[in-house]
Amino acid sequence: MKIALIGQPNCGKSTLFNQVAGYKAETGNFSGTTVTFTESCVRVAGQVIELVDLPGAYTLESGSPAETQAARYLDSKDVDVIINVADATQLAAALELSLELLSLNKPLILALNMMDEATRLGLKIDGEGLACELGIPVLPLVASKGRGVKGLFLKSLEVGKNSESRRQKAEGRMRNVEVRHVYARELAEKYVTRGERKVTLRDRLDDVLLHPVWGYAILLFVLFLFFQAVYGIGKVTEPPLLKLFDMLTKGALSPFGNATLISEIILGVMQGIAAGVAIVLPYLLPFLFGLGILEDIGYLPRIAFLMDTFMHRIGLHGKAIVPFILGYGCNVPAVMSTRTLEEPRDRYLAAALATLVPCAARLAVVFGLVAYYLGPLAAFGLYLFNLLIIAITGRILSNMMPEDTPGLILEMPPYRVPTFKNVLNKAWFRMREFVVEAWPILIAGSAVLAILNYFDLAYFINWLVRPFTWVMGLPPTVGVPLIFGVLRKELSLIMLSQALGTANFGSALTSTQMVVYATFVMFYLPCLATLAVLRRELGTRAMGVIAGLTVIVALFAALVVRGVMAIV
Amino acid sequence: MHASYNEDVINLLNVPNGQRARLVSIGERLQSKLRQYGLHNGDFVRVLRVAPLGGPLLVGVNGREIALGRVVAEKIMVEVE
Repeated sequence: MKIALIGQPNCGKSTLFNQVAGYKAETGNFSGTTVTFTESCVRVAGQVIELVDLPGAYTLESGSPAETQAARYLDSKDVDVIINVADATQLAAALELSLELLSLNKPLILALNMMDEATRLGLKIDGEGLACELGIPVLPLVASKGRGVKGLFLKSLEVGKNSESRRQKAEGRMRNVEVRHVYARELAEKYVTRGERKVTLRDRLDDVLLHPVWGYAILLFVLFLFFQAVYGIGKVTEPPLLKLFDMLTKGALSPFGNATLISEIILGVMQGIAAGVAIVLPYLLPFLFGLGILEDIGYLPRIAFLMDTFMHRIGLHGKAIVPFILGYGCNVPAVMSTRTLEEPRDRYLAAALATLVPCAARLAVVFGLVAYYLGPLAAFGLYLFNLLIIAITGRILSNMMPEDTPGLILEMPPYRVPTFKNVLNKAWFRMREFVVEAWPILIAGSAVLAILNYFDLAYFINWLVRPFTWVMGLPPTVGVPLIFGVLRKELSLIMLSQALGTANFGSALTSTQMVVYATFVMFYLPCLATLAVLRRELGTRAMGVIAGLTVIVALFAALVVRGVMAIV
Repeated sequence: MHASYNEDVINLLNVPNGQRARLVSIGERLQSKLRQYGLHNGDFVRVLRVAPLGGPLLVGVNGREIALGRVVAEKIMVEVE
């Protein structure tokens, strides 16, 4: 039996999905977190169900890519039962989709989610009345706490089995949007009684968080705290981990003697493993955890609201702030999140600019090189410089694109208290991408470089990249770490020590060279994983264009830095 | 229903903060998009907040809150009572 979950963005479909399927889908208090559908087989009451989580859709009629995908899926596949998840606090809006779904003439169940929230707002919903009028089962649900989940699926099984005997009312005339809208509003008025709505916490929070002055002050403070915390945790956890790996490497090498092929490979592999554990994890995990909290609270749309004006300066609008923030963790989800933008032009521009945002891996390079040898202030300056370059690039690119951005349309969700489980699961979910996809490449790349080193093939790579390194005034040996940095950005740091023959970069590079190198690494070629996502999202040609663009930007930025350092 | 001569049709940008207004017409390209956010002709909206420095408006409609950029708000005509 196949059951599809559908509902409007941010109604809690994915939360429900994860309750039954374990952690497979990304959730967040931001419209359009699920941009592709997730399928999973689950067992309910001894029966195996194929469960599909469709991307959030306000309507089945064409809209954003996410909506088109949902509509196409329901049209083409043999779905036995549709579970329509509705936000009980916004029934008038949610019922519009329900009415549209009724016209599909498939077995349908309406799940009123977030009933706890509705009760808190003083809303009383007459589910039975609604069920009678619509001719479909209506069930209450609190997906975040798992309440009503089992009942919902038992009912789905029942409905799926008896689908022939059921008749739904109100079909044909529901094909018209305006009719649906008016009818949905009438239904909501009829079956929802509004109790006393107090001046909610939301209103009071928004008064502060969206305040013309305090809003920005708090935003800066929140982001400052956020990155401070990430850096703080990373700084504490990284050295002991590195020390541990040093010991392990020595232990693993001891049976093999020095400078044999095997010992070189083992060294490479160990360094790859260490890179994953000791550099990416201490920074990336706290980052993803913090982002999950901000997301589930509902702060991201507030940031979009506050930043709309600034984003217009670089030819985008407020919604496009999300890829940028995500980009600081990893460019892969950043590029994926551009799907929530409606216009192809916006997606292209946002994706191109998001790849210029230094991700956690590049953060490691900047910290390991610039902050460590020249002080945190220099690293901070480099980050500001990065923002400036992104702004200039955005300006130039948006001038080259004829049409204007259509502007911001964004739902402001209510604040929600994030649950620990949800945030942790989400961080793990995003983390898994690294562990599964990036880490093996990291280890393999590290081993390959060790082999190249052994056979002295590094000379050839260095010679290929020499025009770039020469222009930037860098030693020829950094060619190899730059090329391997395309595999994974952190390799540009790990392999630098191999390439230079010392882990004490201060003795092999001048301050200028370190800053120029870090600057180039910040901008040039997105890593393999990001390139793959760019290709999937925007096509091969766009991937090529963006990759070329990043190299030009990187070279320009590095030369500017070289010039500035020469003066200072 | 409404007699139009004693009401002013203005664009949403000119509606002061806190004021309620009825949607009369939405720019053609925007219509279907705004419907997804629950904004239809004939609906009442209330301007809840206006961001500074040419930032977006926050409007309340049918119990939801929607942020609209100024380029968007400019193309929405409303009548105030």
